[in-house]
Amino acid sequence: MIVTNDKRYTIGVLVQNVPGVLARIVGLFSGRGYNIETVTAAETNEEGFTRITLVTTGDERVLAQIVKQLNKLVNVIKVFDFSETEFIDREMALIKVRAEEQTRAEVLRIVDIFRAKVVDVSPHFYTLEVTGNEGKLSAIIELLDQIGIAEMARTGKAALARSKK
Amino acid sequence: MKLKGAQIFFECLKKEGVEVVFGFPGGAVLDIYHEMAEHDIRHILVRHEQGAAHMADGYARASGRVGVCLVTSGPGATNTVTGIATAYMDSVPMVIFTGQVPTPLIGDDAFQEVDIVGITRPCTKHSYLVRDVNDLARVIKEAFYLARTGRPGPVLVDLPKDVIQAEADFKYPKKVDLPGYRPTVEAHAGQIKKACQLIAKAKSPVIFAGGGIITSESSEELTRFARLIQAPVTCSLLGLGGYPATAEGGKRPDPLWLGMPGMHGTYQANMALSHADAILAVGARFDDRVTGKISTFAPKAWIIHVDIDPTSISKNVEVDVPIVGDCKNALQQFIEVFEKEPIPRLTEIRAPWLGQISEWANDHPLTYTPSQEMIKPQYVIEKIHELAGERAIITTEVGQHQMWTAQFYKFDRPRTLLTSGGLGTMGYGFPAAIGAQVAFPDRLVIDVAGDGSIQMNIQELCTAVCNKIPVKVVIINNTYLGLPRQWQELFYEKNYMGSCMEGSPDFVKLAEAYGAVGLRAERPEQVEEVLRKGFSIDAPVFMDFMVAAEENVYPIVPPGKSITDMLLT
Repeated sequence: MIVTNDKRYTIGVLVQNVPGVLARIVGLFSGRGYNIETVTAAETNEEGFTRITLVTTGDERVLAQIVKQLNKLVNVIKVFDFSETEFIDREMALIKVRAEEQTRAEVLRIVDIFRAKVVDVSPHFYTLEVTGNEGKLSAIIELLDQIGIAEMARTGKAALARSKK
Repeated sequence: MKLKGAQIFFECLKKEGVEVVFGFPGGAVLDIYHEMAEHDIRHILVRHEQGAAHMADGYARASGRVGVCLVTSGPGATNTVTGIATAYMDSVPMVIFTGQVPTPLIGDDAFQEVDIVGITRPCTKHSYLVRDVNDLARVIKEAFYLARTGRPGPVLVDLPKDVIQAEADFKYPKKVDLPGYRPTVEAHAGQIKKACQLIAKAKSPVIFAGGGIITSESSEELTRFARLIQAPVTCSLLGLGGYPATAEGGKRPDPLWLGMPGMHGTYQANMALSHADAILAVGARFDDRVTGKISTFAPKAWIIHVDIDPTSISKNVEVDVPIVGDCKNALQQFIEVFEKEPIPRLTEIRAPWLGQISEWANDHPLTYTPSQEMIKPQYVIEKIHELAGERAIITTEVGQHQMWTAQFYKFDRPRTLLTSGGLGTMGYGFPAAIGAQVAFPDRLVIDVAGDGSIQMNIQELCTAVCNKIPVKVVIINNTYLGLPRQWQELFYEKNYMGSCMEGSPDFVKLAEAYGAVGLRAERPEQVEEVLRKGFSIDAPVFMDFMVAAEENVYPIVPPGKSITDMLLT
């Protein structure tokens, strides 16, 4: 077995919203052999700026290089390295789960416990909306998987640093 | 008054002080070519777009100004990619203008359409697709600014045909507004202080200088500082000329000069790096050809690393004192510190270290076995150095001749060696020499080439002849691709698969066919005569030197080995 010091890191990137900016960032990762586990990108409250959240794996040296390489891109305004700060992260998942007569109650109980929402109902399936951090999402997915997940779409993480107290 | 995009293009070039464009026309850029005659800008018509990119590169490296090339869409654009990647790896300021199909056709696989911005994204410093003629002036301003500032590099601007045909008010922006781009020029005083403490304590320091010394025009500061603290200096391939190799007008080697380090570096440079207790790296990036096996590189040294590009620091080698900033600025700060507070008893402290280095240098100097029968390639390089004069600009292709040039030509001045170090592009040297000659029409510009490399962009001989650009090409002709053959001899059981170049054209006749001058030397006693004659002709000259075919470059550090594991003969 290969022993590695690889860890998961969450990185926030504030970029100018210009054509091709996401390609520059994703291309940087693929070209230099860095991993991307999840990536989310959407506009911010300020016009012309997009906030990207990336989850990557690597050792500390790789992380340091990633942060520096991202900063080097001309369209990147700021890089937030969450390995050094406390941060809040959330992810949303839409999960279509089998909901037959005998499992419906169990699904609703899980929905309740995890503060999820049923957003679509059909004779055989419920579609749930769940929001939470990685741990919460893995937990509910594991439970629902035993009942039978038909389809699932996850957004990937969005993250912000905690405000200083 | 409204101007057409093509007119705005030239107005911007004028504002940037561009005097020459290396280019090749095609459908997508004909509006620009149509406009060109109205403007006072020299156009060098190349014979292949790769040549245009290397010429702009050679022009930029020789002069320090931004090199410009202009090509059409599709194949015109893709042909520049090797030239762009070459410039990117070696931090050369260049702006590449490519034509593009009209914006409504982009994405439809139109004739001669290619996503050149996408293709070159990993090998440009930045790139633009101009979608609106109103953005054109701003984009060109930004492109030149990005190309020449910070760690310089190539910037590509893609120009759709309808954009250069459209009209807009022309106003050249006074300033650029790039909130994501603020290179750190001023080195942090606290880090400088930390570095100075290490340097002051060091008994066996080495300065390792790279291309950043040339780019930042700080060879004077480097030289002054090295002498101030009596630290020996080694320069990477791209740094050669940043510190003078000789002293007293070439009479003897400079006492602090170690030569180039690494795979084909000198014995003393590799030994010094490996035994140093402190290494001050300035504007170098610890390329694998320099470090050899990384885990055994400079085991005893504190490493201080100055670079304007933070990604270069602690990328390959773990650095103890990182200093982000311009080399010139950092060196000036170092000089100030040590001029104010000189190292006490410096001569005495440094004596054992400098003594050890001259011992290494005497034990295993750069050498070769001279011959009365065969022309030795190293001899040709020594003769070029002897005859060319200190203002000559040398370019090289890539291979054995390049390494012999780095070893046996004594570079005393910055911007006198132009060579593809990072990408290792065969076919670079000849067009780069043309570009350098355009920048300096009165200087002797010599491309040292191999018989393999020269054939990679030989079509540019026509460019040289037609534009009366009197570059000199020295072909070190061993009828092999020398470095692959050497590796095959040493590491692949002499299986010379694919490395034999027999059947090459007669370079003398070929030169004549193009309207240039061709000369040949087959015996050692003809070398000087051919060089003298070739250098004296005011026209492009090919000089074909039939050299010892199986001569090897020594020392060589076998791939994957430590730099102390040199094969010396």
